[in-house]
Amino acid sequence: MLLEVNGLCVNYGRIEAIRDITFSVEEGEIVTLIGANGAGKTTTMKTISGLRPVRAGSVMFDGKDITHMPSHERPVLGISQSPEGRGCFVGMTVMENLEMGTYARPDRKSPAVKKDLERVFELFPRLKERSNQAAGSMSGGEQQMLAMGRALMAKPKLLLLDEPSMGLAPKLIQQIFDIVTEINSQGTTVLLVEQNAAQALKRSHRAYILETGEIVREGTGKDLAADPAVKAAYLGGDV
Amino acid sequence: MQYLFDNFWALTITGLTLGAVYALVALGYTLVYGVLRLINFAHSEVFMYGTFAALWVVTFLGGNATGSIAQVIFWIAMMFVAAMAMSGLIAVLLERFAYRPLRKRNAPPLIALISAIGASFVLAEIMGLREKITGWFGLDTPLATYVRNSRNNAGMPEIITPQPVFTLGDYAVTNVDIFVIVGAIAIMIMLDQFVKRSRLGRGIRAVAQDPESAALMGVNRDRVIQVTFLVGGVMAGAAAAFYMLKIGITRYDAGFILGVKAFTAAVLGGIGNLRGALLGGFVLGLAENYGSAIVGTEWKDVVAFLLLVVILLFRPTGLLGESLGKARA
Ligand SMILES: Nc1ncnc2c1ncn2[C@@H]1O[C@H](COP(=O)(O)OP(=O)(O)OP(=O)(O)O)[C@@H](O)[C@H]1O
Ligand SMILES: [Mg+2]
Repeated sequence: MLLEVNGLCVNYGRIEAIRDITFSVEEGEIVTLIGANGAGKTTTMKTISGLRPVRAGSVMFDGKDITHMPSHERPVLGISQSPEGRGCFVGMTVMENLEMGTYARPDRKSPAVKKDLERVFELFPRLKERSNQAAGSMSGGEQQMLAMGRALMAKPKLLLLDEPSMGLAPKLIQQIFDIVTEINSQGTTVLLVEQNAAQALKRSHRAYILETGEIVREGTGKDLAADPAVKAAYLGGDV
Repeated sequence: MQYLFDNFWALTITGLTLGAVYALVALGYTLVYGVLRLINFAHSEVFMYGTFAALWVVTFLGGNATGSIAQVIFWIAMMFVAAMAMSGLIAVLLERFAYRPLRKRNAPPLIALISAIGASFVLAEIMGLREKITGWFGLDTPLATYVRNSRNNAGMPEIITPQPVFTLGDYAVTNVDIFVIVGAIAIMIMLDQFVKRSRLGRGIRAVAQDPESAALMGVNRDRVIQVTFLVGGVMAGAAAAFYMLKIGITRYDAGFILGVKAFTAAVLGGIGNLRGALLGGFVLGLAENYGSAIVGTEWKDVVAFLLLVVILLFRPTGLLGESLGKARA
């Protein structure tokens, strides 16, 4: 098991954002978390990256207990996240943002980085065209691609994607999902949070449904997508 | 007004040397503000300790106006090393003991500001009472050259006599003027490159722009904050050494007005913006000199702060605007 989350509770002050969440991600999988606004998806993602303190429960990565490990040590283990709302370094160029992705890599000076950069440019040709532009002056969609490209530059074992299709045109959304599938087929494990539940379920091996801070259902992407109750609540019609 | 035209070059050159000092000190305010959104009020004392380190080391080495070229170079080098080391150390200690404990307890920004003001007074008074403090340990007699009259002006022996190198209009630009201006600009370029190109420099920018994303990239925020204080302190130390070369006199409270001016320069250029701090420093140095030439030297400080108010009225984010975040480098 690459990621094991066990009985996780996270609070904002007195507000319980997530309660006793247990789930896991196996190596090579795409796992999706879906849920309504405010269900606790982003909180879960941030906690895995160490940005939110854990009140109870544990997070294990690659057999190691990382529950209380400082956030900046986690990328070294192979956890990388493209956060909700992109979080690009707006005053840096596109290239500098991508280079920030390699900050924690032990092999950041090796030629492998160059190859990964070419790979990211292949996935997102737009980033190559704009490589010297300040990230802050790019469109929302372009910044979304940048955030994902930056996360990929870390060459993670586990890629956390919090709403990677947010603000993208329908055609691009399709492309993002294709890219996620492709990255995964090349060996990167993906934990995905998506509003586009239909697409996400279709693409993922397994999924969990979060409701007001608790996991209420789990299953394979296919099964959940076919479930009438899930359809009615999250998919808004046929898949 | 005639006075301004008659002395234009003299005012310009001295304005630039003063501006260089403001600019170097302003960098510390702006860097720390960038990563912590905190006005490091005690930064003026970081500068002041640098002036004393410069003074002490030159005194200790027996610096005087008749040294050989090799000696003078050695004195100046040691003076810079001592001032930069002292200021860097004070800045790092400040962060460690006055700010980090508060940050770990999630204290509101206002508390950190009060802590900064307190630290500023403590540091200034320790210097102002150095005679008493060394007295407790019976060190006042052996260290008399360094600690005596601790509330009075302390003068550094002149180690390089200003000599005219070339004339601009009818002002003779001296070797000291050139050294201060060129040296300060060289240090600024080095800093700019450090922040732009080095890994830690990028870490500083990343934390300033988006601390959470920086953490996701593996940037250690505490480490970055420490380096930021160190770098800001070292810049203030360089400023202190230039200041002692040009002015040659310091006092336990010498940081105060200079610190306020440097802070003004940082705000003038756009707090959080490195190049803004540099521009702000030079603009302030020049404006002060030109302004006081027009309305009288006793109005010098009034001119400086009036300029700040007027510029902020029209450009609330300062000349270059925004933070370390938005501005490149
Ligand atoms: N910084 C915060 N301070 C206080 N409460 C917060 C904070 N961030 C999130 N919350 C609360 O925690 C709960 C979970 O929020 P979270 O952002 O994890 O939801 P989400 O599932 O990602 O929603 P969305 O689909 O809108 O992104 C919400 O009730 C939210 O109001
Ligand atoms: Mg969210």
